[in-house]
Amino acid sequence: MNTPTARQPDIAVEMRDIVKRFPGVVANDHVTFIALRGEIHALLGENGAGKSTLMNVLSGLYTPEEGEIFINGEKVVFHSPRDAIAAGVGMVHQHFRLVPTLTVIENVILGLDDPKFRLKLEGAREKIQSLSEQYGLKIDPDAFIWQLSVGEQQRVEIIKALYRGAQILILDEPTAVLTPQETEELFRTLRSMAEKGHTIIFISHKLDEVMAIADRVTVLRQGKVVATVAIDEVNKEKLAEMMVGRPVIFRIEKPEIEPGEEVLRVEDLHVRNDKGLPALQGVSFVVREHEIVGVAGVSGNGQTELAEALYGLRPVEKGRIFLYGRDITQASTRDIIREGVAQIPEDRHREGSVGNMGISENLIMKHYRRPPVSRGPLIDWGYVRDFARKLVKRFNIAAPSIHTKARLLSGGNLQKLILARELSSEPGLIIAMHPTQGLDVGATESVRKQLLEEREKGAGILLISEDLDEVMQLSDRILVIYEGQIMGETPGEGADRNEIGLMMAGENRSGTGDTSLQRNTSNA
Amino acid sequence: MTPTPSSSSHRLPRLSLERRLTSPWWLSWVIPIASVALALLAGALIIASQGVNPWEAYRAMFEGAFGTGYGVAETLVKAIPLMLAGLGVSVAFRMKLWNIGAEGQLWMGAWAAAGVGLFLYPAWNLPPWLAILLMMAAAVVAGGLWGAIPGVLKGVLQVNEIITSLMLNYVAISWVLYFVDILWRDPGGLGFPNTAPLDKAIWLPKLTWIPFLPKGHRVHAGLLIAILAAVFIWFLLNRTKWGYEVRVIGENPEAARHAGMPIVRNIILVMILSGALAGLAGMAEMAGVAHRLQRGLSPGYGYTAIIVAWLAKLNPFGVLLVAVLFGGLLVAGDQIQLTMNLPRSISDILQGLILFFVLGGEIFGRYRLRLR
Repeated sequence: MNTPTARQPDIAVEMRDIVKRFPGVVANDHVTFIALRGEIHALLGENGAGKSTLMNVLSGLYTPEEGEIFINGEKVVFHSPRDAIAAGVGMVHQHFRLVPTLTVIENVILGLDDPKFRLKLEGAREKIQSLSEQYGLKIDPDAFIWQLSVGEQQRVEIIKALYRGAQILILDEPTAVLTPQETEELFRTLRSMAEKGHTIIFISHKLDEVMAIADRVTVLRQGKVVATVAIDEVNKEKLAEMMVGRPVIFRIEKPEIEPGEEVLRVEDLHVRNDKGLPALQGVSFVVREHEIVGVAGVSGNGQTELAEALYGLRPVEKGRIFLYGRDITQASTRDIIREGVAQIPEDRHREGSVGNMGISENLIMKHYRRPPVSRGPLIDWGYVRDFARKLVKRFNIAAPSIHTKARLLSGGNLQKLILARELSSEPGLIIAMHPTQGLDVGATESVRKQLLEEREKGAGILLISEDLDEVMQLSDRILVIYEGQIMGETPGEGADRNEIGLMMAGENRSGTGDTSLQRNTSNA
Repeated sequence: MTPTPSSSSHRLPRLSLERRLTSPWWLSWVIPIASVALALLAGALIIASQGVNPWEAYRAMFEGAFGTGYGVAETLVKAIPLMLAGLGVSVAFRMKLWNIGAEGQLWMGAWAAAGVGLFLYPAWNLPPWLAILLMMAAAVVAGGLWGAIPGVLKGVLQVNEIITSLMLNYVAISWVLYFVDILWRDPGGLGFPNTAPLDKAIWLPKLTWIPFLPKGHRVHAGLLIAILAAVFIWFLLNRTKWGYEVRVIGENPEAARHAGMPIVRNIILVMILSGALAGLAGMAEMAGVAHRLQRGLSPGYGYTAIIVAWLAKLNPFGVLLVAVLFGGLLVAGDQIQLTMNLPRSISDILQGLILFFVLGGEIFGRYRLRLR
């Protein structure tokens, strides 16, 4: 194990006894972190463990209350990211900081003092091209950011850091937005950068990824360092235990139940995305009572549009949707809610809650139209308070009061609030989109258990998730979606990971794009 | 502290802003009060530049607005349209609809009410109380429809309501002045650009029963209308399903959409309500103070109402209170012009400064200052 030692020549970054507090929490509690030259160093921990805070300190965004930072053995004090980049530390944030209406070159040189007044793009273009060749970061310097895919935008961010002379590159959960192929490509780039002597610090909470890319890993838990270890000294289970603080069971109990009546039937669904391009192209499937149907796929292959179309939030171009045999293709969201469809939205903050309103006001967002929550045009706030207290208790929402603003809740508690709201109306169909994304292990377990409970009670559940493990663990049947089409279906029990992976990459296993299911439904 | 390797080594300690996760409860009161105090301080510099002792000027202003029964009465008179228009603006702002068109909606309300009072009332031989109610109704409809235009454009076509509502002010004022100057001009008016006066019977009654105010004061029933309107708005927003929808949509339209709330319909309805209240303000000023339609009926009440609504943090009862303060500011402006030989536009300058400082001060509610 590494203890902070005297200036070793190969130590690129040394952060010693870093303390960073926020109102109510110590995000970094005497954290000591050392990264070597030429290594890929993973920073592993659950959400809220303090990974991003530590790296924001290193990249000059935050000033720590205590502690020292040494870069290449020299003590530094950063007042801003500008100071950090001058010392060779660059960071690629999870949410990119690019101007969509500017070109790649313009974004790369944005904020630099050189050239002083007149833009000289030629030199910049050459330098970008040489960086791009050197590290295998394919990019068109004259493309506008809005024209680029997410993976390409990430490359621009990396080039931006390299252009400024970053020797130490921090990446905050860089794979969260990438396809498996893009992830592979990124990993290749990172390895080649490490070989050339760069230090890569890789923030992640995904164990498989850390095992695949890192040379060493530092695990954080609740703001403290658990350990720093070489990757070949550990395995996935051990890392998980270090991260969570207790042994983690990777399997949960799922009782065998015969599916019942058909709840949802989707026939030949065609939907367009926000840009007006086809997002779903002839999707057909069925969800029955007591059944979890998983939709696996790389993000951006029509999952969002599918969930929105089913919930009445996006117009259906062609095809039909039936709920208990009734056509709801043109129904409004309001009607669909009334028919007993619950939704766990993709984005808890943006779509699932109102940050500036209290828990109780958030809990009635689907119930306020009808008695007993409202009588006539009036809301019965007395009833709402009782209702909220009951749900807070039943769903274990940890909060000082039912009036606590939703934005002050942790991700796990906010998801509990949403589950409480959605499941309290005893839905017949649940559309769950990434229900455990960004949650810590404990909250993830509880969400999955609740979904399984609803399955036992008789609900049909459509589980849309990018987490293949989750889909395989929970689903009775798995549909694989690619470019708006169902590539095939496999039973959840004993599903072949490889097979699903191939379908996620576009290999059609459903015959000629016309599944047996589709044939059945078109005859029906 | 050691300077960073390559950047400038002569670094001075500097201010930085840090986001607050929570803010103490008193902060939301201290900040606006401190902001207003700073605005008055800045105003003092301007007054001093006119060769007048700012302390004297402020004292004269306060005396003029609140120091005498007559001053208080006039302050209330000016506050009435600010209350009603401020309530209208605050309702729209609640849903993050930036209705800058209260001025135009106010003029349209005054115009419609004048039409009823000058022509329908004598023509149909209405009882006065019914005529007053009809004048109010006409103002509500006219102001509401004027507000509905930017509402529909925003809701259906996503046209920026700031631009449309602002532009419609000019349209409304020109429209009304066309009537004042030409169509409805009082032939016996000695050439003054105004309509004939309303029949005394349909003036908004004076609140003669208010104690302590001097005889012959001009405070009229519009004050009661404004107070009732505030109670109504508070009840609507906090106790009804519709108000709940408005608040959710204002805070997070995407979440509202996922909850199946009718966003387009509510945008239009809120703009109608907002315009209707501003229209009532116009009716109250016309039937309670001017008793006719005339040029200069509103010295920009609809714009001041924006400041009032914002300072009141969109709270309906807060609007009543802040409107009185701003009514006082208007009266004080007249006062110091007479007694201190200062231009009355000082009160406009103070209005602007207050808004400026309050908007600037808001950042301290969300961020804390740090020296480092």
